[in-house]
Amino acid sequence: MQQPLTQSLLYLDGVTVSFDGFKALNNLSFEIEPGEMRAIIGPNGAGKTTMMDVVTGKTRPDAGEVVFDGTHNLTRLDETEIAELGIGRKFQKPTVFDSHTVFDNLELALKADRRARTTLLWRETSAEHRSIDEILETIRLKPLQNRLAGSLSHGQKQWLEIGMLLAQDPKLLLVDEPVAGMTDAETRQTAELLREINREHTVVVVEHDMTFVRDLGVKVTCLHEGSVLAEGTIDQVSQNERVVEVYLGR
Amino acid sequence: MMPHILIRTLDRGTLIFLVIVAAAAIVVPILNLAVPSSSALHVPTYLVALFGKYLCYAILALSIDLIWGYCGILSLGHGAFFALGGYAMGMYLMRQIGTRGVYADPILPDFMVFLNWKELPVYWYGFQHFPYAALMVFLVPGALAFVFGWFAFRSRVTGVYLSIITQALTYALMLGFFRNNFGFGGNNGLTDFKDLLGFNVQAESTRNVLFATSCLALILGYLACRAIVTSKLGKVLIAIRDAEARTRFLGYRVESYKLFVFTVSACMAGIAGALYVPQVGIINPSEFAPGNSIEAVIWVAVGGRGTLTGAALGAVLVNYAKTYFTSGVLAPYWLFMLGALFIGVTLLLPRGVIGTLQHWTALRRNRASAAAEEGVREPLPAE
Repeated sequence: MQQPLTQSLLYLDGVTVSFDGFKALNNLSFEIEPGEMRAIIGPNGAGKTTMMDVVTGKTRPDAGEVVFDGTHNLTRLDETEIAELGIGRKFQKPTVFDSHTVFDNLELALKADRRARTTLLWRETSAEHRSIDEILETIRLKPLQNRLAGSLSHGQKQWLEIGMLLAQDPKLLLVDEPVAGMTDAETRQTAELLREINREHTVVVVEHDMTFVRDLGVKVTCLHEGSVLAEGTIDQVSQNERVVEVYLGR
Repeated sequence: MMPHILIRTLDRGTLIFLVIVAAAAIVVPILNLAVPSSSALHVPTYLVALFGKYLCYAILALSIDLIWGYCGILSLGHGAFFALGGYAMGMYLMRQIGTRGVYADPILPDFMVFLNWKELPVYWYGFQHFPYAALMVFLVPGALAFVFGWFAFRSRVTGVYLSIITQALTYALMLGFFRNNFGFGGNNGLTDFKDLLGFNVQAESTRNVLFATSCLALILGYLACRAIVTSKLGKVLIAIRDAEARTRFLGYRVESYKLFVFTVSACMAGIAGALYVPQVGIINPSEFAPGNSIEAVIWVAVGGRGTLTGAALGAVLVNYAKTYFTSGVLAPYWLFMLGALFIGVTLLLPRGVIGTLQHWTALRRNRASAAAEEGVREPLPAE
């Protein structure tokens, strides 16, 4: 076993990504502690989604280090390997498998051997069925388990996707705009759900919705033009002059 | 391990399909051999061979549906694997001719004598043995698909780009096989077959056996596809088709799945080609023509992609129509009709024939379950 380089679960140092000369991430550095829930905010184009792309292996940074769990250098791995290490991702636009039922969506996400030859001969165990049932209860989709995911409402899809993350049982969950397009009641329930998930998992939430972030009541990192602008509680960050300037364009 | 695979494989539609094909395998030879030709029920031998050919197309259609309908890989070059299987069988049949050829050379096929070749090329070795040829029938297409797929899927070539390179693959093979020095008979291909396993390929009884064998191959191919698509692997394939990136982020190695299903599909196509060749009596490079592969995709679209049954049905229906129309006064217009059929199906029946039927049934079931969710009893339909 390699000596851990850092105590943090996720460690970004000097990460830079440029697209055709435009720096989407500019020397971005921050750390996430194990068990933490962190909210990441920032105006459009601040680099929030690019940051997630880098962590999950979709985009390779031009420079900088991304270390997971103290030992794994994520910049050298691809999406599948990173997912296997235990990083789950929820997309900005809810992405579920439309032509599968709610149950099957969770079954596909459930932590298990992902190799083709195993899945060909695979058979569901009662333990697996029970864990899917539990997740269905948690995400409140139990009565809809046999519906095709494509026929769910927007909010239900968001929850299903969060459920799929739970089924994956990752060490770190990256959640991109979980409450976009949700009603106020759904937003409150989602905050509750995320707090519940945070009891056992480390969570990073990217969000626009300030009330929601306030609801979560966690440490906030504000990004701007690809780097960290401010970090702290929501009150500290929202009183920061630079943040106000960036958000209100003064 | 086996019972659960059988149970989930055999749903009602599958059973109906299997019963029909199995019945055809038994009834058609009886109507051909046992019923006197004066009877109205008699099936003439040319029809047996014709439908045997359609069955081979049905297997090819199944193999395309497996990758296109379930995994979203649109191969416009699947005819290449079909033709390679056909050539493997053709090589066996050529070696069986022996001294009965025009030049009566015991080893060299006629076209090699004609080209003044002195000895058999190494890659023709072993093809006089049926088991070896039968192995090559699916190993060669499978190996080509594996290598091709390994490069294509690893580099994440998808969508229309993949379709274009599969098209290029079959076109390149066609140009190669047209050349005499490739050693496969050039533009004449392989023909003038005499025996298959010691039986005359022209004989009525052989034709009936080939027909029944094609039915059996269709049944086995269908069961193999069903076993794949109803497994968890099948669910992953559909997941890849619908949201490839999402599947990757869930930790599935998408390229392995694609490679597996693409290789299986190519092997199936090869077997279809091998059964096709003795029934039509010739294999030549035009089987590699890109148009053939595109036509096969149309059969699947017409029948309904992602349904398996639809693919097989589409292959038989479209080819029956082709035979019907190209043998009459409408012959010059067949290609226009095929084009119109494709456009018509795309616009009016995007799910294909069987796909549309399944969609209606699913809609009705969904409505019933939605009504049940709300605790409302669905009123009985007026009859």
